[in-house]
Amino acid sequence: MKVFRNLLDAIKPNFERGGKLEKLYPAYDAFETFLFVPDHTTKKGTHIKDAIDLKRTMFMVIVALIPCVLFGMWNVGYQYSIASGESMTFIKQFNFGFWKFLPLIIVSYAVGLAVEFAFAVLRGHQVNEGYLVTGMLIPLTMPIDVPLWMLAISVIFAVVIGKEVFGGTGMNILNPALTARAFLFFAYPSWMSGDKVWVQNASVDGYSGATILGDLASSMNWQSLSGQWSMSDMFFGTVPGSVGETSMVAIILGALILLFTGVGSWRIILSTFIGGYFMAYLFNLWGYNELMSTPAHIHLMIGSFAFGAVFMATDPVTASQTNKGKYIYGFLIGVFAILIRTFNPAYPEGMMLAILLMNIFAPLIDHYIVLANVNKRLKRATV
Amino acid sequence: MNIEFDELMSKNIILKKGLNIKLEGKADKVYASTKPPKSYAIKPDDFHNLTPKLAVKESERVSAGDCIFFDKYNKRIKICSPVSGSVKAIIRGEKRKILQVVIDTDQEIKYKNFNVNKSESKDDIIGLLLDSGLWPFFRQKPFDIIANPEDNPKAIFISSFSSSPLATDNDFALYGLDELFQVGLDKITKLTTGRTHLNVDGNTIPSKVFTSAKGVQINKVSGPHPSGNVGIQIHHIDPINKGDVVWYLSPQDVISIGRLFHEGKADFSRIVSLSGSMVLKPRYYRMVAGACIFPLLENNVNEGEKRIISGDVLTGKKISEKGYLGFYDTQICVIPEGNSSEFLGWLLPGFHKFSMSKTFFSWLFPNKRFNLNTNNNGEERAFVVTGQYEKVLPMNIFPMQLIKSIMMEDIEMMEGLGIYEVSSEDFALCEFVCTSKMDVQNIIRKGLDLMLKENS
Repeated sequence: MKVFRNLLDAIKPNFERGGKLEKLYPAYDAFETFLFVPDHTTKKGTHIKDAIDLKRTMFMVIVALIPCVLFGMWNVGYQYSIASGESMTFIKQFNFGFWKFLPLIIVSYAVGLAVEFAFAVLRGHQVNEGYLVTGMLIPLTMPIDVPLWMLAISVIFAVVIGKEVFGGTGMNILNPALTARAFLFFAYPSWMSGDKVWVQNASVDGYSGATILGDLASSMNWQSLSGQWSMSDMFFGTVPGSVGETSMVAIILGALILLFTGVGSWRIILSTFIGGYFMAYLFNLWGYNELMSTPAHIHLMIGSFAFGAVFMATDPVTASQTNKGKYIYGFLIGVFAILIRTFNPAYPEGMMLAILLMNIFAPLIDHYIVLANVNKRLKRATV
Repeated sequence: MNIEFDELMSKNIILKKGLNIKLEGKADKVYASTKPPKSYAIKPDDFHNLTPKLAVKESERVSAGDCIFFDKYNKRIKICSPVSGSVKAIIRGEKRKILQVVIDTDQEIKYKNFNVNKSESKDDIIGLLLDSGLWPFFRQKPFDIIANPEDNPKAIFISSFSSSPLATDNDFALYGLDELFQVGLDKITKLTTGRTHLNVDGNTIPSKVFTSAKGVQINKVSGPHPSGNVGIQIHHIDPINKGDVVWYLSPQDVISIGRLFHEGKADFSRIVSLSGSMVLKPRYYRMVAGACIFPLLENNVNEGEKRIISGDVLTGKKISEKGYLGFYDTQICVIPEGNSSEFLGWLLPGFHKFSMSKTFFSWLFPNKRFNLNTNNNGEERAFVVTGQYEKVLPMNIFPMQLIKSIMMEDIEMMEGLGIYEVSSEDFALCEFVCTSKMDVQNIIRKGLDLMLKENS
């Protein structure tokens, strides 16, 4: 570590005011603070500070995503072996998925961070850590077969339009990771829906690689589907789908890490599941189409409902900021996700749209909650 | 006054939100003595919003209780010398702002005598307090400034305990001073037509100095820090609305007031705790406001760079090794400076790192006392994380929204969100836990100053 310190100290003058590369200071600063927690001491206000910073917070989300990443990699190989009929060992399946998924992660981080650094340098502000998480979330919501150039374009779109135009991390209205997915979804619909994209090389031998949601949306009967996929398949996640979304076990593990460390909001996660269950249960009673009559608890396990509830809805920047607002925000995400799923079979993946919709409404929810506090105070003063 | 009625009215407030920060170096409940300090200083910065107008010149002789400077805009408010001696220096900073008035003290303090025989009416009491320089102990909310003697406060509050890290134990400091405390209270209760509230620590069995006090409403407040902050207590007992004024002071100030009316002298001495992980023998001392703290630290601190704080680690002021005890402070803290960088510090398990979150493995040791230094533990960032401030602010107030309204100088919104009810010290924990390392206390202070300007 002495080596790094000496190296950083040696090149630092170039990046400081008056140095040759002064404009690139934000980039240098990002590397320096990545390697070393800076020696800055408290100046005014509290003399001691909590050990947490944004880097640690984001790192914890990455840790929480690890089960989803590892499982997703294996599942890619597993689904492939089913589709191709090729018999593979567990290790081979994991290896297959690892080498398929790794390029997505690399492209996502490389492109995203390049844009972040460029903006930081142009605007002369520090590089924020937010993209560490976004960069991992984006490939996890993608079909494994997505072409890398498409991924790159959607990452650029997400960072520039989803975040930087609003002023960067902390100022954005929409969840950047979902902005990337929504961009792909609407720009290249043939790549983000249908039967063929969710399993690597699925076109072989007329195998249907459709997701459970896709099948349900095309009016396949729930009973007949449950012959194909058992409850435990859905719970453990050995089904086709986006890389990170399929396994409830991995998602629950991640949720536990987020909740235990206090990084994720239990209010949002809990109310999203309650909202989803509530809506799906109402539809069960109605039972108009196949998606409506799919049992409510199954609804929460299929598609990206659980992944979205745990990792997307909880993004603190785009969610409601008041505690009461978080309950409403989460509940409505659950409700809208099932509503969109059920009524618009063209977009069976309602979770993404539901979260983006509620991202837009979150400030409105907060507005009324804050107003209630203001009015209460006003009333007290005039009594 | 009917005592039974008071007991009926007394409140029991249980706070859930907050955070106790357990630090190494808590002061043992033992008195120690040192060489008496030779130098004293009065710092105008201790009195927020006061514009000092000097009443002495350099090398002039003063007794304890003689006016050193007064408020330019309210000449009745005087800051007096805590000791007798001669004015050694008037130290000025930029734009000739007075930073310190340094006084070299005599061997023995000569006190100015005050005639306290006629001290029954509110005006007489206030007059004496103003003349003796004890008046600045009365501060008002909103705004946390010295109280205006012309006001009629709707209530007076005394918090008998502090819940901040390494806080001075008032039960210990006031042990055996029951009578003086009561003398002080008897005068204080005459200053308001409303109630005088004495809030005791519900987490322990409070000293009988407090529980046997007469003529006041005794409330019990329990819960983690900031339960001992008077602002939090006011919010739950008798909240401040626009236009209200509430006065507050601390228990050791009540003792000084008791001494004035008992002995006729302005005595600014108090019990001060010396604590923090850099102190070899953390103990209690008797000190006078403004005393040079050097004799306390001599041969009593560890080697290494250190930060010396007059006040507690969350709200106190940084002073030098030869600095002076603040006018309101009853605590000196010495902790290590954290001016070294840590390799991949944000990535390590962090068994020794204290955090409200459980993102560091220090959660494995819930009862551990931590040795925290002054490192900022990261850089300032935009607001990202939400719900953090709410966990440590036991008030029905939206902290983040209030802070944002202050940043935008939206006066109407600030009023609506309760700016009159808050103090920067109540937000100290918000600043401590903030992931984005915002200087929350400073923002709140700016907001209060803006409102002060608007209201004047």
